[in-house]
Amino acid sequence: MKQLIQRLTEVTGPSGYESAVRDLVRAEIEGLADDIRVDALGNLIARKGQKGAGGVRLMLSAHMDEIGLAVTHIDERGFVRFTAIGGVRPHTCIGGRVRFMNGARGLIFMERPEAPDRLPGLDGLYIDVGATSREDCPVRVGDIGAFERPFLEVGSRLVSKAMDDRVSVAVLIETLRQVQAYSGPNELYFVFSTQEEVGLRGATTAAYGVDPEVGLSVDVTGTGDTPRGARMAVALGKGPAIKVRDGGMLSDPRVVRWMERVAEERGIPYQLEVLEGGTTDARAIQLTRAGVPVGCLSIPTRYIHSPSEMVDIQDVEQSVALLAALVTSKVELD
Amino acid sequence: MTEQPHTTPPAVGAEQLALLERLCNASGVSGDEGEVRKIVLEQVRPLADEVQIDALGSVLAVRHARGVEAPLRVMLDAHMDEVGLLIVSDEENGLYRFVKVGGMDDRALPGKTVLVGKDHIPGVIGAKAIHLTEPGETENKISLDTLRIDVGPNGGKIKPGDRATFATRFRQVGPSIFCKAFDNRVGCAILIETLRAAAQSGALDHLELLVAFTVQEEIGARGARAAAYRFDPEAAFAIDSTPASDLPRYDAREDGAIEDAGYNVRLDHGPAIYLVDSGTLSDPRLARHLMDTAGRHGIPYQVRQPGAGGTDAGSIHRVRAGVPSISISVPARYLHTAAAVARRADWEHTQALLWQALVELDRGILAQPR
Amino acid sequence: MIELKPFLKQLISLPGLSGHEGPAREAIAAAWKPLVDDLSVSPLGSLHALKRGSGPGERPRILLAAHMDAIGLIVTNITPEGLLGITEIGGVDPRILPAMPVMVHTRSGDLPGVVAQPPDRLLPPNARSKPVQLEHLLVDTGLPPDEVHRRVRAGDLVSFGTEPLELAGDTLVGHSLDDRAAVAAVTVCLDELSRRAHVWDVWAAATVQEEETLGGAFTSPYAIRPQIAVAIDVTHAKGPGASDWRTAPLGKGFTLDWGPNTHPALFNAFKETAERAELPYTVTVYPSGSGTDAMGMQIVNEGIPTMVVSIPLRYMHTPVELISLKDIARTGRLLAEFIAGLELDFVEKKLRWEEEA
Repeated sequence: MKQLIQRLTEVTGPSGYESAVRDLVRAEIEGLADDIRVDALGNLIARKGQKGAGGVRLMLSAHMDEIGLAVTHIDERGFVRFTAIGGVRPHTCIGGRVRFMNGARGLIFMERPEAPDRLPGLDGLYIDVGATSREDCPVRVGDIGAFERPFLEVGSRLVSKAMDDRVSVAVLIETLRQVQAYSGPNELYFVFSTQEEVGLRGATTAAYGVDPEVGLSVDVTGTGDTPRGARMAVALGKGPAIKVRDGGMLSDPRVVRWMERVAEERGIPYQLEVLEGGTTDARAIQLTRAGVPVGCLSIPTRYIHSPSEMVDIQDVEQSVALLAALVTSKVELD
Repeated sequence: MTEQPHTTPPAVGAEQLALLERLCNASGVSGDEGEVRKIVLEQVRPLADEVQIDALGSVLAVRHARGVEAPLRVMLDAHMDEVGLLIVSDEENGLYRFVKVGGMDDRALPGKTVLVGKDHIPGVIGAKAIHLTEPGETENKISLDTLRIDVGPNGGKIKPGDRATFATRFRQVGPSIFCKAFDNRVGCAILIETLRAAAQSGALDHLELLVAFTVQEEIGARGARAAAYRFDPEAAFAIDSTPASDLPRYDAREDGAIEDAGYNVRLDHGPAIYLVDSGTLSDPRLARHLMDTAGRHGIPYQVRQPGAGGTDAGSIHRVRAGVPSISISVPARYLHTAAAVARRADWEHTQALLWQALVELDRGILAQPR
Repeated sequence: MIELKPFLKQLISLPGLSGHEGPAREAIAAAWKPLVDDLSVSPLGSLHALKRGSGPGERPRILLAAHMDAIGLIVTNITPEGLLGITEIGGVDPRILPAMPVMVHTRSGDLPGVVAQPPDRLLPPNARSKPVQLEHLLVDTGLPPDEVHRRVRAGDLVSFGTEPLELAGDTLVGHSLDDRAAVAAVTVCLDELSRRAHVWDVWAAATVQEEETLGGAFTSPYAIRPQIAVAIDVTHAKGPGASDWRTAPLGKGFTLDWGPNTHPALFNAFKETAERAELPYTVTVYPSGSGTDAMGMQIVNEGIPTMVVSIPLRYMHTPVELISLKDIARTGRLLAEFIAGLELDFVEKKLRWEEEA
């Protein structure tokens, strides 16, 4: 699974430009699903199973896109100015590397700040692509890129850019692999969504098309286990997190209870999560059509939205075990 | 692709200027678009096969395809509403307190003439005489809470709930247009001319044209969401106006050696094609189609700088199971103030780009993966 | 005949935070059951009630929406000392929290507690001598740490614990009057309709998650597909620190709200009804969003003509919200009068735009 995560995180696929990720996912799940289609916003939707008596139509969603940037200006010396695609914070950019969709690479640095203790905003940063003028600059206004940083393994921890949310994409792929023999009454939709980082756009349309009865997003969540970190009861190495609430969504308490029940039955450790900022595809699924009961299975992750997001491989493997158990279980919401 | 008949795009002549004048001079603040709606209805009724007004007040016009089975369903969108003011309390003696509707810079308000309500009752947003100010006071913003609309003692019948717009009247000066509400009456004008040319020439008979003149774009692209849901199109083009702030920097030198890294969209450089804005990541296939079309027909264009600001496409593309969408805007300076400045030529090029892109639009463009 | 005061007092004493409205829903269902033909629950937990009209065949439908969810708090973590870290559900002004009684809802029962404001010396320097923000407030249950760790978990809900209070002038005080007062008004309406004829089908929805996502507002109309949707909410009543154009007098009737979420023809129809029935009202205006379920309902599917009716309330989103019971009853009457007066062809004849030919 580590190799799969590495391959997925290394691909360049910012919001709106996920085709390379989609091709990789498609190759991985070829032959594993009954039906695979791509919708108008580029969501990859794979169906496994047919709804039978006592089953539910269940949608899982992990997003393929990562945060990135768009070129706003090239100056006459070939320096590139940019704006954010998704939640990009200046302090995670400085000194980092960028790869554009057309293959051009560069590094990000900053203007001399006005005051020594003041961080510049994004407009005080620029990308040096090794050009010497506007004319020989390999990128143009409107070009899109993403951050670049090699995958790293330290102990039981994996570090890369785009763990958010490629680690969940890997979890979905592995889960699909593990439920190959499933012939029960649940109709499962494995949705690899697009444009989550810019407002859950892919999940909005995918959910409308799938029209599920229950939805589960799989995404990363923060932890409270770093120096002077957030006030969260979630830590690496303590198992997948069952989300109760985040900045944009309240999980259906019946879904939370179902997830807890299955985890306890299978002896899979879990943590309960309240995240104060950020949200996931589950919010979009919840507000679809007449409404959908939703929850979220979260992978605890440190340093989200930086080029070095960190997960624990055991948490990831336990997430697969929990997800496979959930989708093959009798979905009883009471 | 079969050879397309050569078609001349609609030009911007005296008739079009007169229509835009009427549209820009009309009052239609978000949530109160009636005056604009009336003009739009009068224009499109003779040109469309079906016209209706939806629950929010948007005008939805359909021109069916002719002689084609399973035509491509294309939505064209332009919003009728403008940013403006809402009267919130009557403070006697012809003075009224107001708040803004939509995004406006407070600093653009003092000292302006406005028209209030259906009867266009004139008033002014006064500002204290400079003689009466304290030292240093002119360096501070005049707080919105202290501004009032003054229609004169015992002025006309105005009540809380009435809207007010800038009183600026449309004017042409050389290559330029000065007016208020260029955003987005120019989009409405472009869609009307597209319908007119479609009806007269038959050049868009291969398309099912679903034309939405929407409401409440300036307060959240609300009308567009309902309109797109009803139309259920296969592709959508939103036509709007975008700020060009191509003025020189304070420290610009004669030889232009200190550059503005900020705004890219400029007057005189044609329609702005959107790739990324705050609400939409344009469908790259439609973007390529627009740029290729512009190239084939020698129509100048610019790429609208990625960043803040959005259009109705933000709502449209997320409706139902998703709609490939893109926006094209006419650049203009000083949008959302009492007087914008735009170029007739940019308007004409935007009209031409939309026209040719529609003439040459077919399903094959969307058949490639996104 | 519904007893408004005891019903409302009971309703605001039940927990029902956004996303977890169950207890409130049960009480409302019990009150509505004898008054309607059909009760159902939406996938998100909104309560839908149908009272069929007397018209022939497929009757047009009006939807009355009042949200039953309330604001409150949720546990984020438990400190080693057994104190609870909290964050908000819905918009909570932290300045009203210190020393407030609360109830912590756990798997093993409800635990009373109090919101603790730590002494300044235990706070970072830039947080001292100022109202303490949520990130530093804690809930103290008075229990030993090991018992707290055993019984309380992250994600447990914390609701406000202040008891309802009757004050002079036929007013009621408590938390969650936003928007349970409107639910009570809808109940008064349904009660009155049980004695009056009406042609249209009436759908009443006690919606969920208004305070967080407008979740109920976006989803309830999807299946119901009403021709008209009315949001009944609370608005700011004049009182200390509240006197400008956004406020309406307390005890002088409901407000009819004018702005972009309000269909002008519906507004006029409601105004005529209020005048015909001699019900006092104020008109309040809003520039863009009404801050009610109407914001969501208006743009569901192909769009729905919406109306906003509000009940003036002081000290909104505090544990001591104050409202006039007379205003609630008047609101219920307005809704009943409007519905009773709805003719089959109202949409074609009256629900039009001036510019339609």
